[in-house]
Amino acid sequence: MPRRYMCIWLPFFGTDRAEKEQPERRKAPFVLTLAQNGRVKIQAANRPALQEGISCGMVLADAQAILPQLESAIYDANSLNQTLQALGEWCIRFAPIVDLQAPDGIVLDISGCTHLWGGEEKYGNHIIDRIAQGGYQAQAAIADTIGAAWAAARHTTRLSIIPKTQQAQALSGLPPAALRISLQIQQRLHKLGFRYIEEFMHIPKSTLRRRFGDELIYRLGQALGTEQEHISLIEPIPSYQERLSCLEPISTCTGIQTALEQLLTTLCDRLRKEGKGLRQAVFRGYRIDGNVQTIHIGTGRASSNPTHLFKLFDLKVPNIEPALGIELFVLEATLTENSILPQEGLWQTKGGQSEIAELLDNIAAKIGSGSIHRFLPSAHHWPERTIEPTSSLDTQPQSDWPSHALRPLHLLAHPEPIEVMVPLPDYPPALFRHRKKIYKLVKADGPERIEQEWWISDEQPRDYYRVEDEKGARYWLFRSGYYGQGDPEWFLHGYFT
Amino acid sequence: MEGTAKQEVIRQLQEKILKLEGFKPHTGILNRIDFGLADIESAFPFGTFPTAAVHEFISPTAVHATATNGFIASIVAKLMHAGNFCLWISTKRSLSPIGLTHFGIAPHQVIFVDITQHKDALWVMEQALKCNALAAVVAEMEEVSFSESQRLQLAVEKSNVTGFLHRRRPRHENTLACVSRWKIRSIASRVPDGLPGVGYPTWEVSLEKVRNGRPGKWQVSWQNNQLVHLSKEAITRTARPNHEQYA
Repeated sequence: MPRRYMCIWLPFFGTDRAEKEQPERRKAPFVLTLAQNGRVKIQAANRPALQEGISCGMVLADAQAILPQLESAIYDANSLNQTLQALGEWCIRFAPIVDLQAPDGIVLDISGCTHLWGGEEKYGNHIIDRIAQGGYQAQAAIADTIGAAWAAARHTTRLSIIPKTQQAQALSGLPPAALRISLQIQQRLHKLGFRYIEEFMHIPKSTLRRRFGDELIYRLGQALGTEQEHISLIEPIPSYQERLSCLEPISTCTGIQTALEQLLTTLCDRLRKEGKGLRQAVFRGYRIDGNVQTIHIGTGRASSNPTHLFKLFDLKVPNIEPALGIELFVLEATLTENSILPQEGLWQTKGGQSEIAELLDNIAAKIGSGSIHRFLPSAHHWPERTIEPTSSLDTQPQSDWPSHALRPLHLLAHPEPIEVMVPLPDYPPALFRHRKKIYKLVKADGPERIEQEWWISDEQPRDYYRVEDEKGARYWLFRSGYYGQGDPEWFLHGYFT
Repeated sequence: MEGTAKQEVIRQLQEKILKLEGFKPHTGILNRIDFGLADIESAFPFGTFPTAAVHEFISPTAVHATATNGFIASIVAKLMHAGNFCLWISTKRSLSPIGLTHFGIAPHQVIFVDITQHKDALWVMEQALKCNALAAVVAEMEEVSFSESQRLQLAVEKSNVTGFLHRRRPRHENTLACVSRWKIRSIASRVPDGLPGVGYPTWEVSLEKVRNGRPGKWQVSWQNNQLVHLSKEAITRTARPNHEQYA
């Protein structure tokens, strides 16, 4: 079956992308540079810069000598590749098979696609216009072979269409560089006086091979269609989306729940087969008046359990306003993760972590995940820093819980200032006043000095006392700072049992 | 002879009623958890601390609340022996995870849920009590109404989770559908021979109400991971009322 290919070339890809970020760069000469072999070389230049005589491969210092006001930025190959990848994925809407030709080209297998747009010319123009709307200048060509389309896209006008089986004629007037051959071969061809492809197109292969090697024969064959060329297609990211359209618009809570349940069952079946679990999902209801009602959920751990997910959604179903009715429901998993299938236990013990995870999801959905805390020991001795929060249910402590010193069961978030009566310096207090109430102390332990961790803070150390008042209540008090260096301050920091 | 036969019939009937009310005598040794409550256990039906029930604790001040949380922690530690998780719900939490280690709880096995709305706290507690993977659920809040406590009791009956409802500074001590009502007060610690320093945590535990049991008052102290009863003379056992109506 004859195939048709379209090559898209973005001649100013790098600079267009930089100009999208800062539109004021568009008017002035602007280049992207990369440090190579101890020199800063220009990798991409925009149209005004090219008009001033600056070209790619020049050293930045030379270019600035020609044009002192030249603006430059760093050429970031990684992010450009990501952008090209995104653009390639976007192109899947025009043709099912899309491949990237790094650094600035895309190839589409358009066999059987163009008639949907009313012919190849309209199709090509439409794509170029759409890309231009996105801020990128593009040139494209359509041909029977990828090689010919590549050559025509880069060496002719905005859109060139090479009719079927006519790639030889189209190529004849183009320079050898249009064949995707290495610079070395290009230079040798130039040396021997071959300026255009037609001049060596009809020379026998064996002669060409002797002079220029296999590469030229191979590339020429690809352009003319005598050699096969394969493209590796971009895989679109699978979208976990389920749709349910209704014959009659739905406006009852039960109806919405039924729809949700159906969608969840099919989605969860699919997720389970692929070994995935859902972390975030969105449920949309398209109303007949054009409004879209949306509810979101998130889980703490990848889940493909429809009953649990239904519960999470169910808490939010009352937020949906069906008004005149909803005609289409869409459920989409916006974030999925590989889920570890639980191993079947030989003895079903009472430590069902997944049940707890589901309970916590319910709580997080209703109240907010900020309300759930779990703590692990942290290697600090300063009382406020001895614990660190963790968000996962599975993490285990890396160190043991400190048990050498007595710590109060109730610790105040902020130590509260108190007034004390101390018989002698460094003695425990005899009484203290907190919130206008006086507590007479009868027993005391201490002091336990806790020094500041100097690598974190350089404030005063604390001397802690464990005291008991005459009613039997036990407190944790501390004095901040030393005697003899100003007035030491006293605080109440916690309650012992 | 007739009298003993009558008593036996009454005893059997009482046991039947207890079973209907959800109290089960622990027959196997494996099932039985030793709560280390010693004398206090004699106050409960069948002589065991009722699990799969909601216990109510009342504490009027921050000092009382600390003692109460200490007592709760000592019981929860026994329930969590198998490495299960415990949920600790509070509206104004000042409980420090490090302090729990002293009562034999690994703090990383406790999930804290900090809530500002009283209504949410009740909802979370009800949901948590339905989850039988949890060892225990502790909730610190202020006001609870009778009907709210009924819901908690219903949740517990299905799942066999033990709930602890700790009411801090309630405006009035209304009756709840809980299996028991406790008040824990910290009292002066005892130091042998007048040695200086603060002794072990010491509490006065008063069990004000217990369904099908005998309320009482005990003085205990938490020493080396177990409850130790202090001198007997302090114990004043209140007489059991003739007919008590609990929910």
